[in-house]
Amino acid sequence: MGLVPGLIKGLGVTGGTMLRTIFPDGLKKPIPNPVKGAETVQYPHEKESPPTRARGVIALHEENCTACMLCARECPDWCIYIEGHKEKAPPRRAGGKPRKVNAIDRFDIDFALCMFCGICVDVCPFDALFWSPEYEFSEPRIADLLHDKSRLAEWMETVPAFEAYEAGSEAKVKQVPPT
Amino acid sequence: MSASLNIIGELAYWQQTGIRVGAGLAAVLLIAGTLVYLHLFKLVSFMQSRLGPMEAGPFGSLQLLAEVGKFLQKEDIFPRKADRFVFAAAPFVVLMSTFLLVVVVPGGPDAWFIDTELGIYLAMAVSSISVIGILMAGWGSASKYSMLGGLRATGQLIAYELPLILAVIGVVIQAGTMNMQGIVFAQAEGSIFGWDGIGNPYILTQGVAFLIFMIAMQAELTQAPFDMPIAESELVSGYMTEYSGMRFLLFFIGEFATAGVFSAVAAVLFLGGWYIPGIDPNDNIMNVLGPLVMLVKIVGLTFVVFWARFTFPRFREDQLQKLAWKVLIPLALANIVVTGILKVAF
Amino acid sequence: MTSISDREKLSYIAAQAADARVNVELETEGMTLNIGPQHPATHGTLRIIAKLDGEQVVAVDPVMGYMHRGYEKLAEVRTYPQVTTLINRIDWVGSFANEVPFILAAERLMEVEAPPRAQWIRTILFEMSRIANITLFLGDMGLQVGAVTPAFFAFRDREHVLNLIEAVTGGRFHPNFDRIGGIKDDLPAGWITETRRVMKKMRQYCDEIEALVEGNEIFQARTRGIGVIPADIGLSYGLSGANIRGSGVDWDVRRDNPCGMVHNETDWKVWTHPDGDSFARFWVRLQETRESTRIIDQLLDNLPSGPIMAKVPRIIKVPAGEAYVETENPLGVMGYYVISKGDLVPYRVKIRSASFNNISITPWLLKGVYVPDIITILASLYFILGDIDR
Repeated sequence: MGLVPGLIKGLGVTGGTMLRTIFPDGLKKPIPNPVKGAETVQYPHEKESPPTRARGVIALHEENCTACMLCARECPDWCIYIEGHKEKAPPRRAGGKPRKVNAIDRFDIDFALCMFCGICVDVCPFDALFWSPEYEFSEPRIADLLHDKSRLAEWMETVPAFEAYEAGSEAKVKQVPPT
Repeated sequence: MSASLNIIGELAYWQQTGIRVGAGLAAVLLIAGTLVYLHLFKLVSFMQSRLGPMEAGPFGSLQLLAEVGKFLQKEDIFPRKADRFVFAAAPFVVLMSTFLLVVVVPGGPDAWFIDTELGIYLAMAVSSISVIGILMAGWGSASKYSMLGGLRATGQLIAYELPLILAVIGVVIQAGTMNMQGIVFAQAEGSIFGWDGIGNPYILTQGVAFLIFMIAMQAELTQAPFDMPIAESELVSGYMTEYSGMRFLLFFIGEFATAGVFSAVAAVLFLGGWYIPGIDPNDNIMNVLGPLVMLVKIVGLTFVVFWARFTFPRFREDQLQKLAWKVLIPLALANIVVTGILKVAF
Repeated sequence: MTSISDREKLSYIAAQAADARVNVELETEGMTLNIGPQHPATHGTLRIIAKLDGEQVVAVDPVMGYMHRGYEKLAEVRTYPQVTTLINRIDWVGSFANEVPFILAAERLMEVEAPPRAQWIRTILFEMSRIANITLFLGDMGLQVGAVTPAFFAFRDREHVLNLIEAVTGGRFHPNFDRIGGIKDDLPAGWITETRRVMKKMRQYCDEIEALVEGNEIFQARTRGIGVIPADIGLSYGLSGANIRGSGVDWDVRRDNPCGMVHNETDWKVWTHPDGDSFARFWVRLQETRESTRIIDQLLDNLPSGPIMAKVPRIIKVPAGEAYVETENPLGVMGYYVISKGDLVPYRVKIRSASFNNISITPWLLKGVYVPDIITILASLYFILGDIDR
């Protein structure tokens, strides 16, 4: 069996963790407060906030979308459905010709298929797609995971501002368009 | 039980029996419930930096009721090739040994279930019954995992029965009686080198025996590091693999109630049982305080059991046999010899 | 580091032989025990058909493929950026490390090199996924030999590392962060301070595991001399990573063939253990986790500034050619053989994943051991099922 201390040390580790959990403030304030001492979070009552970059759900800024289909084509499992048409818009300057713009009729993302890889957000050349760290959108019916463009647009409110970069970075901080 | 002690003597035999059976059931089930909540749900959770159940009742205190309710609702599944009678009866046999074991444990000068001269002898005898239940479960399930688990359990329980009994003999020699009440009184009235401030709890003189008893007890309870028969990472759940619902619950209760009852026996043998230093052990108030003292000691001892269980990895089958036969039994025998010599000498 | 005595090793072998002799004398009948595909000890769906005689194993047949997802074939119809999302899911516990060799192979074909800052961050995340992966092993090994608590500790502390990975990449499990020619994004502000704090915490975790599991006499009794792999046999079965370093072979791709990774910019050490048993493999991994935290600390100290992407066309067409790049992933050597015909998609991708080779030694290794040791040895070989089946 060898020496005993290894076993005792093991007991010390678990016992120490127990004491730290029960008395998170140490000897200064020996009041049992395991809710604070435990590393776990009581989920529905208190929530952890995911980091800004967390890939929770995809938000659509509809004005920027030109129905160019890049995201739908680059999606590895083809879970984005886009239909659009061209329509006339009033000219930018008075007296100019009416512009032709692409309007989207349908922009659906099927989150039941989505792998949350972020390629669509990456490839979008017009900054129409954003990641929101929101994660509570589970549904009892799988069909309801198909978010249409109005639902995707609602997520825009939850998109946080891009955070600053660490020192030494040359990347530019992007801006989230105001909703 | 204690408040009605003076009345108890005047009741008819069947009424007395009824009260004792009721109290016995309460003692086993309440203690098992307390242990599961306090240790398994809470303290062990704290050891792992988590909170354990928090939703059912304040701090999850009613979680146990929810669990029992869940188990009762579940379907009672019999494997197709199982030996139905053996399979169905096994959990009851296991539980029977627990209930028989508790009857010898005294809770106060008059608060006892049976007061027999055989006392600890009876306890050690009935504790072996669970082996039969486990073997029945392992064989009756008609599953390879269950069978391996059952066979391992049988080998292990028989091997550790010996050090358990041999450890007790030291105490019996010192107390001069096998009566559990007698052992408590012997400790309460004993003295350490003439100083009788705290009596003489036998853990002081029988420290080696206490250690052997606790290790053997851990093995008898098939708790880690001796949980090879259950070994969830290789045998799924050992002899309990095929059980579900009510019958699994019985095994579960059996496991934790037995932990409580064995701890109670250990408390009586080594920690002085129900007496409180400074209070006359024959005082009537001890019938109220005694059970509480016992409860505290049981909780303390079972804490050690669960602490070790959730800290240590498990021995391999041959290693734990080696530990029993090559270390514990010789040690226990030596302890008996030394105790005997000292008993004669002083 | 102490070696096991030959006496211990011999006594185990003698017990095996004695049991085998008894089985022959008694003319015992064999029993086939099916461990898996659904079993609490196999993380995933590895099935092991063990022919037992009593508790002794006569023959073992690992059956894999229950979770085969066909990534090699799928990669043939995905563009290069899309492939990284797929290969994230090979070893899902340390998934960033899966992307790196593929991206490096593609970079070699395109003849681009990531700027230094990107290489640095890539290496940091690579080591971080190693910590996330091996942390789990350290706890799981305890769980497999019967101690419950280390597994909880593992999940508790691994969370901090995953949070760091999520803060940079956006994904906890499937970062999809590596790009041909660099990485997707730079580090967010405040990340370096946080990382230093977490690395300190991980070293504490290693100390805890050392006290709780490695130093435990029962654990040592269960793992020392169990599942001994001699170095030559391990090499001939194609073992890699900590499994072969546990057998005393001083071979680490990070040091010996660092293509596109900057481990050698730091002062670090390759740990080996002479014994080759389950304990040695555990010990080597524990030291490696510590070493990884040190590597990350040093890399953070001299993180260069600059761009994070090389000049790469927006639509990636990889010129025709073949490239094989292997890296030292958490589980062992992982390599990608990429053949390109100058298309948007690779013509063929062959994935050399470490666990597939590591697990192939089991029929040799498990012969004659006892049932409880099957689990110990499998746990110490450490495989992730996605890495076996792909």
